[in-house]
Amino acid sequence: MNAPIERTWKTVESGPHTLEGTLHPVVVKNYGKWKYHKMIKPGVMVHYGLSGDALYTVRAGTPRQNTVDLVRQICDLADQYADGFMRFTIRNSVEFMFSEESRIEPLIKDLEEIGLPVGGIANCVAPIAHTQGWLHCDIPATDASGVAKGVMDNLYDEFKTLQMPNKVRLSTSCCSINCGGQADVAIIVKHTRPPRIDHAKLSTLCELPKAVARCPVAAIRPTIVNNKRSLMVDEEKCIVCGACFGACPSMEINHPEHSQFAIWVGGKNSNARSKPQSMSLVAEGIPNNPPHWPEVNDVVGRILKAYKGGGKPWERMNEWIERIGWKRFFEESELTFEVDMIDSYRHARTTFNQSAHVRF
Amino acid sequence: MEDIKGAGSSGDDKENLDNEGKFLNHTPILDELEGGKWPSFISGFKELAERTEKPMIRGVMDQLEYSYKTKMGYWKGGLVTVKGYGAGIITRFSMIKDKFPEATEFHTFRVQPAPGLHYNTKMLREVCDIWEKHGSGFINMHGQSGNLQLIGIEQDKTQECFDELNQAGWDLGGAGATVRTAASCVGPARCEQACFDNLKVHEKVLKNYAGMTHRPEFNYKLKFKFSACPNDCANAIMRADVALIGTWRDSIQIEQEYVKEWIDEYGEDALFDQVVNMCPTKAISHKIGTSTIEIDNKNCVRCMHCINVIPKALSPGKERGASLLIGGKNTLKVGVNLGSMMIPFLKLDTDEEVEEFIEMMDEIIDWWDETGLDHERVGETIERVGMKQFLEAVGIEANIDMIVRPRDNPYYKKEYESAT
Repeated sequence: MNAPIERTWKTVESGPHTLEGTLHPVVVKNYGKWKYHKMIKPGVMVHYGLSGDALYTVRAGTPRQNTVDLVRQICDLADQYADGFMRFTIRNSVEFMFSEESRIEPLIKDLEEIGLPVGGIANCVAPIAHTQGWLHCDIPATDASGVAKGVMDNLYDEFKTLQMPNKVRLSTSCCSINCGGQADVAIIVKHTRPPRIDHAKLSTLCELPKAVARCPVAAIRPTIVNNKRSLMVDEEKCIVCGACFGACPSMEINHPEHSQFAIWVGGKNSNARSKPQSMSLVAEGIPNNPPHWPEVNDVVGRILKAYKGGGKPWERMNEWIERIGWKRFFEESELTFEVDMIDSYRHARTTFNQSAHVRF
Repeated sequence: MEDIKGAGSSGDDKENLDNEGKFLNHTPILDELEGGKWPSFISGFKELAERTEKPMIRGVMDQLEYSYKTKMGYWKGGLVTVKGYGAGIITRFSMIKDKFPEATEFHTFRVQPAPGLHYNTKMLREVCDIWEKHGSGFINMHGQSGNLQLIGIEQDKTQECFDELNQAGWDLGGAGATVRTAASCVGPARCEQACFDNLKVHEKVLKNYAGMTHRPEFNYKLKFKFSACPNDCANAIMRADVALIGTWRDSIQIEQEYVKEWIDEYGEDALFDQVVNMCPTKAISHKIGTSTIEIDNKNCVRCMHCINVIPKALSPGKERGASLLIGGKNTLKVGVNLGSMMIPFLKLDTDEEVEEFIEMMDEIIDWWDETGLDHERVGETIERVGMKQFLEAVGIEANIDMIVRPRDNPYYKKEYESAT
């Protein structure tokens, strides 16, 4: 190994990059002084400033797992069409903003040419917020990037056209911690067996009290196996959440067959109309089947088809279900209600029907 | 058996990997993800690998192919960091480095972008150049907390890479038990519905907490998110321990001429179906045959729906600020928790007002740091210890906007003087 080079730079703990210098001049001029906006076509909208300025936005989907080459291509387009500026949405889309209406069509053509589809604004399927999966996570049961790719391949037309009652936000997570987040439809790994413990290595790899404390249901206890300190799991109590695996790699929760998928619907963070709401479990036991995950695609497709056909304008997934009732949601989506969809964890009664209201 | 480039000596699971003179080994399962219309991350990785011929990418692609084949992950954590910091690099060592030695190390820089994920091309090209020089060239835009993630670097290159990024104006984000990188919606940069300058507040608050971002010293993570209106495009209520969500205190601004324009275009039925009847508190009225609407602002809950439908005619009021909600988090471990209303209206226009907000946050962080258990988010601590205890400790006054309805159980205790 070479001798270390003497370090001359002294770290500046600057936190977030400054906003200054990152905004388009028309944005700077109209900052905080916008009047209204309207959709022009899928993936394209215009904002009007009180000054009378118009600012066009073209939004395109990206693979999220980008490369320097793709980012440079995006920069080339930003230089050519958007005066050297761009921004990204929290669902991994890139947005170009500019004042010249004539740039819209050539930009769309050039974006599609490098494989980036234009769409994802307003009442359509937005790109999937997802986690790192097998590419980079240390506790993944699947490759969220691959699931996202497979599902968006199927929903490509729904990203590029405005046919949904309202926006549809999707997420994918490679474990039950659900870093992908709440969404209208969420595709989340669900483990189905308790962790398998490697007693030979556990005491050298894990801080025992941390792993014990991590368990939501106090199912982990210290024990001695072959004269080594280790941990045991009360499998009756265990809720197969996988939390302990994050604290202790010797408590393997992932399994090629027994780590499966569950589908959740009705998450919504916006306050528009109904209050923000967390998701409900509507399908489970779906195999983790790379590289195309056809069983996941089938369920997501059925749910979105039912919502697309039945939702009224502006109704989000949860609002459509609230109106028609869960019973009909399961019928329309051709899904089966199962006993595990009745909550048996904390705060369960908030989801019970404490009334005589029933749809027959 | 063919000699496989970059493969370890073990030899198994290497069959059919040779790839006809290409730099990368054969990855038949991953190649399946190159089909379909949605942009393929695999195609991007492969093109980059063939251009740059970085062994790390080849090793990672081989390991990823192996993950797809065996349906298991093979990364483990560790502690890689830069001088003075205890967080910001996500450490990844391969658990099967004997099989894929080129994938031995694959660490990630979490880098804090500008609020609202705004960029100019010069700064982004600079990141690309620094990253291609030191790392794999994979860039994740963006992580679920809002980081620009530079994926794939070896430990002995991290300091030099960080120093170059830092000189170019970038700093690392949070990881582990720290203040985390924050997220904001587009805000007043492009949205007429912005009720406060969330981008400015984000920058100021996170710069204030830069030290707490870089050194893990809490029970667990603490996330800030800043949405400039109740549409909450930054997912603040669900994803943030501390959510600032823009709102207004006076009446919705109406320009009736544009209400008329909307009715002329979409019709009166649409006005009833999509606006009047969808108001959650039935605060909007319209008389058939007229071309105006009336809003009972006393009964408006600031949900944004009518403004979203007719943005040209309706705008948030003029007296704008933000609501503060505390305690949002996802599953682990008490279950999903949305942020709870703490302060319905805060002004955040001046530096002094933002500093007052930071002082209040300091109180909350101190209380949580003292009271919380290991791996407990602030919302969980509040639930375990009690909202009343929390409010008293941090000096927030109880207000009726905190609740959906008053409590329905009698198990509380007033303060009392014990009998002597």
